[in-house]
Amino acid sequence: MKVPTLAEMTARGEKPEILFWVGCAGSFDDRAKKITKAFVKLLNKAKVSFAVLGTEESCTGDPAKRAGNEFLYQMQALGNIEVLNGYEVTKIVTTCPHCFNTIKNEYPELGGSYQVMHHTQLLKRLVEEERLQIEGGSFRGKRITFHDPCYLGRANGVYEAPRTLISKLDAELVEMRNCKSKGLCCGAGGAQMFKEPEQGIKDINIERTEQALEVTPDIIAAACPFCNTMMTDGVKNKEKEAVLPVKDIAELIAEAEEL
Amino acid sequence: MMKVLPNILFLIFFLLAIRFFVRNVRKIAANIHLGRPVNRFENTNKRWANMARVALGQSKMVKRPIAGILHVIVYIGFVLINIELIEIIVDGLLGTHRIFAPYLGGLYNLLTGSFEILALLVLFAVVVFWLRRNAIRVDRFRKAEMKGWPKWDADLILYFEILLMGLFLSMNATDSLLQQQGAESYMQAGYFPVSQYLTPLFSDFSLPTLIVLERSFWWAHIIGIFIFLNYLYYSKHLHILLAFPNTFFANLRPKGAFANNVTVTQEVQMMMNPEADPNVSTSDPTEEEPDTFGAADVTDLSWIQLMNAYTCTECGRCTSVCPANQTGKKLSPRKIMMDTRDRLTEVGIHLENKEKKEVSDGKKLLDNYITREELWACTSCNACTEACPVDIDPLSIIMDMRQYLVMEESAAPSDLNAMMSNIENNGAPWPFNNQDRLLWAQEN
Repeated sequence: MKVPTLAEMTARGEKPEILFWVGCAGSFDDRAKKITKAFVKLLNKAKVSFAVLGTEESCTGDPAKRAGNEFLYQMQALGNIEVLNGYEVTKIVTTCPHCFNTIKNEYPELGGSYQVMHHTQLLKRLVEEERLQIEGGSFRGKRITFHDPCYLGRANGVYEAPRTLISKLDAELVEMRNCKSKGLCCGAGGAQMFKEPEQGIKDINIERTEQALEVTPDIIAAACPFCNTMMTDGVKNKEKEAVLPVKDIAELIAEAEEL
Repeated sequence: MMKVLPNILFLIFFLLAIRFFVRNVRKIAANIHLGRPVNRFENTNKRWANMARVALGQSKMVKRPIAGILHVIVYIGFVLINIELIEIIVDGLLGTHRIFAPYLGGLYNLLTGSFEILALLVLFAVVVFWLRRNAIRVDRFRKAEMKGWPKWDADLILYFEILLMGLFLSMNATDSLLQQQGAESYMQAGYFPVSQYLTPLFSDFSLPTLIVLERSFWWAHIIGIFIFLNYLYYSKHLHILLAFPNTFFANLRPKGAFANNVTVTQEVQMMMNPEADPNVSTSDPTEEEPDTFGAADVTDLSWIQLMNAYTCTECGRCTSVCPANQTGKKLSPRKIMMDTRDRLTEVGIHLENKEKKEVSDGKKLLDNYITREELWACTSCNACTEACPVDIDPLSIIMDMRQYLVMEESAAPSDLNAMMSNIENNGAPWPFNNQDRLLWAQEN
């Protein structure tokens, strides 16, 4: 798969339309890499000129900040901002709501101001601009429930973009009892992804998976690599992995387009 | 002399009520001022709008329709019946009776009639509130932090309101009987659509007894209000006043934008810029006490966070939507606010006794009130801040306290230490080589 880096493009004197911030999960996690690739296929299909930072990308610092290590967060942030400003980046898209939130909301105070989009927002725009067509295809009539990532939904008020895309698949969007601003966390935020949960009666991802199962979906749609992991684990815990896939919106669209 | 004795008595009660209330407000203001400075004075137009929508308009309250609508009834009742209070106070000071009646004419009847209907609705709402707490036993009112005083406090407020509304209606019932019987100084005034049903209770009494009853209800009602006004300071009920400034000064940025720690920014910039003069900020270490990173005690929090604590009325909507709490973890955002307030009150009393000399009492918000286990259970999902009807932010306190644990005590859970050293060494929370960041592009 051809993925240009910003360094290469700059060396050729080219400037991409947008920078794709892949994020650590999207770069290294086996499950999340599939989301990354699906999204790249869609960018290519829509003929979006994009680049990635490759080895010049580093963790945004989100988990460090949420874990209380403001020092490490700011070191990461300042390093990244130096790279981004060095390339005079203005537009960024990312498949991770945590990267999205941090770059969009927390980098400006440290000197990094960019137009930042979550990939569902960019995909919606591409559909609106008719640069990307979505055919329902294999998802026609399928029951899809969407799990709102906290850092996309409540944190940034993005509820409609992913839902609009699901509706373009001609699928039946079924809402869990906690959705949109009342969405229940998957349990990964605030650096919980990287530690064992505290003592309790249940894990949060199990609770959320049970809410999803209540609406008997054919597919659980996610829009965050961490939510994806948590929900996949929840479905496995309920021994439903054979019948209930957990997929990112980008994967669903790429699949519908048989990319 | 005997004739003005009630007026003098009233004046004394009135001044006492005001005096104690002012003292309480001053104490609260002084305690809030113990917080760190933070600028929330920008965007004032947006702030007024937020206050109008959230506090005045109760927009977040009605997201739970049953409790929300009942609360709106009590709120409107409280605000409007207080118009009647102006007349009661003027009457009390001047020794008059229903002084506004001659001036307002038909409007007076409309007002007294509306107040009575509101009083009945308030009674109904308050009884349902009591049932929700004591008979239906709604889950969020029965959490661990609601045992003891908080439970008493909540019920006591409801009893107070039932008593005040009961006295108000009884006062009107006896008054209207006295009006019918043509008692001296009880002129024909007011319309009593609700209390007319209470008159049979009093109709057998003689005229002098009725006067004693009417006066007793009148006095008990107004003194009850004076007491309630000063009970606020000791209770969770301060929200009736603080909801307004609290929503005005609320965080208007996206919920995902966590505060930037400026103290850290200064340090980091010094580290990253070798040309910066290291002596600039450390020229005289005794001049200023070095800032702590994060928060271990209430004095490390911002004044907004401290005002949040006084504003909290312990409704528990935050806790009921908290994913950690729902799955049985110890974290309860409401408890974070209650602990902050309790500790702040304690620090305030301590400082008073020490005559403002800041000698520690050996306690902190961290560990003595809020445990580490609670702090580490948070997923930072913002469900609590979204649910709060008055824009309180428990999450910011949790994050500030985590900063203290990590940056001052290096006391993060070991898994998180591993994650952080990965970020530090290879720029990702997992132990992958940063040179491999683009390997995915070569895979199928």
